[in-house]
Amino acid sequence: MAPLLSIRSLEKRFPGVIALAGVDFELQRGEVHALMGENGAGKSTLIKVLTGVHARDGGIVELDGVSIKASSPRHAESLGISTVYQEVNLVPQLSVAENISLGRQPRRWGLISWRRLAQKADTALKQLGLSLDVRRPLSSYSIAIQQLVAIARAIDIDAKMLILDEPTSSLDQQEVELLFSVMNRLRDQGMGIVFVTHFLDQVYEISDRITVLRSGVNVGTAATGNMDRLGLIQRMLGAKWSADTVEGQTRPEKSLDDKLIVLQTRQLGRRGSIEPFDLQIREGEVIGLAGLLGSGRTELVRLLFGLNSASTGTLEVDGQPVSRWSPRKAIDAGFAFCPEDRKREGLVEQLTVRENILLAMQAARSVGSPVPLRRQLEISRTYVDQLNIKTPGVHTRTATLSGGNQQKVLLARWLATKPRLLILDEPTRGIDIGTKAEIEALICELSAAGLAVVLISSELEDLVRCCDRVVVLRDRHVVGEVTGDELNQRCMMEMLAHHDGT
Amino acid sequence: MNQRWSKLVSTASTASVLLLLWIVAGLAFDNFWSPFVVADLFSENAFLGISAIGMTLVILSGGIDLSVGSVIGFTTIFVATLITDHSVSPWLAWLTALLIGTGFGAMMGFLIHVFELPAFLVTLAGLFFARGMAFFVKPESVQIRSETYEWLSSCAVPTGGGAELELTTLILLSVFAIALVTLNLTRFGRNIFAIGGSQSSAQLMGLPVGRTKVLVYAISGFCSALAGITMTLYMDSGNPINATALELDAIAIVVIGGTLLSGGVGGVTGTMLGFLIYGTIYQITYFASLSSSLATIAIGALLLTFIMLQRLIVAPAEAE
Ligand SMILES: Nc1ncnc2c1ncn2[C@@H]1O[C@H](COP(=O)(O)OP(=O)(O)OP(=O)(O)O)[C@@H](O)[C@H]1O
Ligand SMILES: [Mg+2]
Repeated sequence: MAPLLSIRSLEKRFPGVIALAGVDFELQRGEVHALMGENGAGKSTLIKVLTGVHARDGGIVELDGVSIKASSPRHAESLGISTVYQEVNLVPQLSVAENISLGRQPRRWGLISWRRLAQKADTALKQLGLSLDVRRPLSSYSIAIQQLVAIARAIDIDAKMLILDEPTSSLDQQEVELLFSVMNRLRDQGMGIVFVTHFLDQVYEISDRITVLRSGVNVGTAATGNMDRLGLIQRMLGAKWSADTVEGQTRPEKSLDDKLIVLQTRQLGRRGSIEPFDLQIREGEVIGLAGLLGSGRTELVRLLFGLNSASTGTLEVDGQPVSRWSPRKAIDAGFAFCPEDRKREGLVEQLTVRENILLAMQAARSVGSPVPLRRQLEISRTYVDQLNIKTPGVHTRTATLSGGNQQKVLLARWLATKPRLLILDEPTRGIDIGTKAEIEALICELSAAGLAVVLISSELEDLVRCCDRVVVLRDRHVVGEVTGDELNQRCMMEMLAHHDGT
Repeated sequence: MNQRWSKLVSTASTASVLLLLWIVAGLAFDNFWSPFVVADLFSENAFLGISAIGMTLVILSGGIDLSVGSVIGFTTIFVATLITDHSVSPWLAWLTALLIGTGFGAMMGFLIHVFELPAFLVTLAGLFFARGMAFFVKPESVQIRSETYEWLSSCAVPTGGGAELELTTLILLSVFAIALVTLNLTRFGRNIFAIGGSQSSAQLMGLPVGRTKVLVYAISGFCSALAGITMTLYMDSGNPINATALELDAIAIVVIGGTLLSGGVGGVTGTMLGFLIYGTIYQITYFASLSSSLATIAIGALLLTFIMLQRLIVAPAEAE
């Protein structure tokens, strides 16, 4: 029998970039097919050409043996291709229920039945183990939930194939498991699923086959059992591969006792978002924040950076208590904050790579003394190299960069300010494994030179590798701290799970 | 505070401003609280209300339509000339005018969508074009002499107390009812909100973005033409200079009604309240025998207050 989907020598060129240079790809009925590749390899582009977001420059696509050419996502949907795109693409102002049903709302006598619409949404979310007030606007929920809502929308229709482009980037373990059980069920029903992710564990858990893209070509398709991690990483990175990338960094021992305390909080807290906590950060120290989604990690760092105001306690910078703490003052004090949601509070998509990188640095200086253009170019080129940002040039608009590369631009922006304290909220989300190792190495290097870092990550192994100390949060409480020999995944898992973690 | 809340607050604040105006005016002037005043409120400005409803749809979709006043002006002189100078039946004249208005709007929507041009500029061009066409048809006022008009002006629904709802009011109320149902109970209506909220998301969600946008401008064009016809019913004449800059009043009404200029949030109920506030302010200046320039100033002040209020309510809600 012909495969469900068959793509042959698909091509797509953007100004200055060849995103797809003749890709072959095949999807069977009843299989989960992982699509892997480093940032900018062309995964999202392949998907978008398939669903008609971008017009193709060449190649053939056959669905069920019939040649197709989707002219828009709407058309693709009608052909039986349901898609969750990389960033959450929903309407924040509308309710959760409506986001799930938009365009296919249940009707009675031609008019929308809001009651049935809400029921439908409830049922769809139940499948993903979610029960929430579907009448509230989407924007009132976290990105993780928004991501789940997008998935619920995609599996709510009868489709032949389902495409999931990094659907798990903001999800925690439990939510991922629920998603996988849904994917398993759909697979058993004969649906073909394309799954894009940078989490290798997830690939090996769920997928039947793996296809690796590198620079817009298919460099190998194999059954998951026939491609081990090493082989997979080698394929993804090509010549850039080195043993270091796989094993990662080992944390250098350093003594911090004689270092200055950059920041200290005393019973700092905000009602309803994070219970009072004490935290001390020294120069050159890397502190990790571990906790499940909604445990208050992001809320904690937002307090540190002055994005939210505290309702109790004090914050001291260099031993001096501060009053009316604000992002402005935090930046003046040499703090930098790289937020989790790059779409909403990070990147200015219409600006170029250079402008985005220079944004925070420029803002810290007075209006009268701009950074000279030559210096700007120098700085932005340095970071493009250092972080391996894949872009035709520093004058490219960031809107056209791949998801992971946008994340790197954001990181570069804050590194460029040469901060004393750097707060990173999930900095490696959506970043490929090679670059991730490089970023971790960079963090180590900078901290050795005296930079203090606060690092939030859902991946405990990352924390183990990078941090001198990890603060564990649960239910908006700081429940403990691990250092030294205790700093391993088991210890942290136990603290995350048990109530007597302190 | 979530956005449903903030929407409620903004509608409630519009409603309370209206209520306040009525209470104060009623206490200050005898006879203000009468069915006649209410009936007048609707009938005098019906054309403005109709175009404000069309404008609401456009603004909700994240766009703007500056051609409204010109299309009204064109329609009045076009209809008047056809009826009086060329003895065309009023019904046929209206039908033609509605088709032209709708087609004109659809045309602008098409340009905006297909060539990704800014709505502001396309409809600004439309403003000049339609006004020019109005003067091209006839550069002076034309009286309408027609039995149909005489007969229609006697059509009215008594509401008790001696007051009656004139035809123009009935047209406005029907447009309002249709818009209300369309926006809240049809897929097309919800797509307008989705596009105004995030056009790129709407596209990726597989919504018919192009069709919806073209239709929205077509509807606005239809509303403008209908407003023009309503204006001829009210004034029994047509004039190419009619309704100059009326689109700005319409936008003010929409904003006072709580619809965000950035699109995606709001509705026609608010617009209706905004329309009533607008009318009431003019009524008050009339009752107090003040010059109407004061009313204009009051509306300016009110507009500013509402924008600030929205900023205060909506901005923190979004920051959450
Ligand atoms: N709209 C666009 N205009 C110009 N270039 C684009 C556009 N979209 C993608 N590209 C380029 O195409 C290449 C492939 O990008 P794509 O988004 O497919 O990568 P990806 O494999 O999904 O990466 P990631 O893992 O970071 O999401 C990149 O070099 C990117 O800069
Ligand atoms: Mg991608």
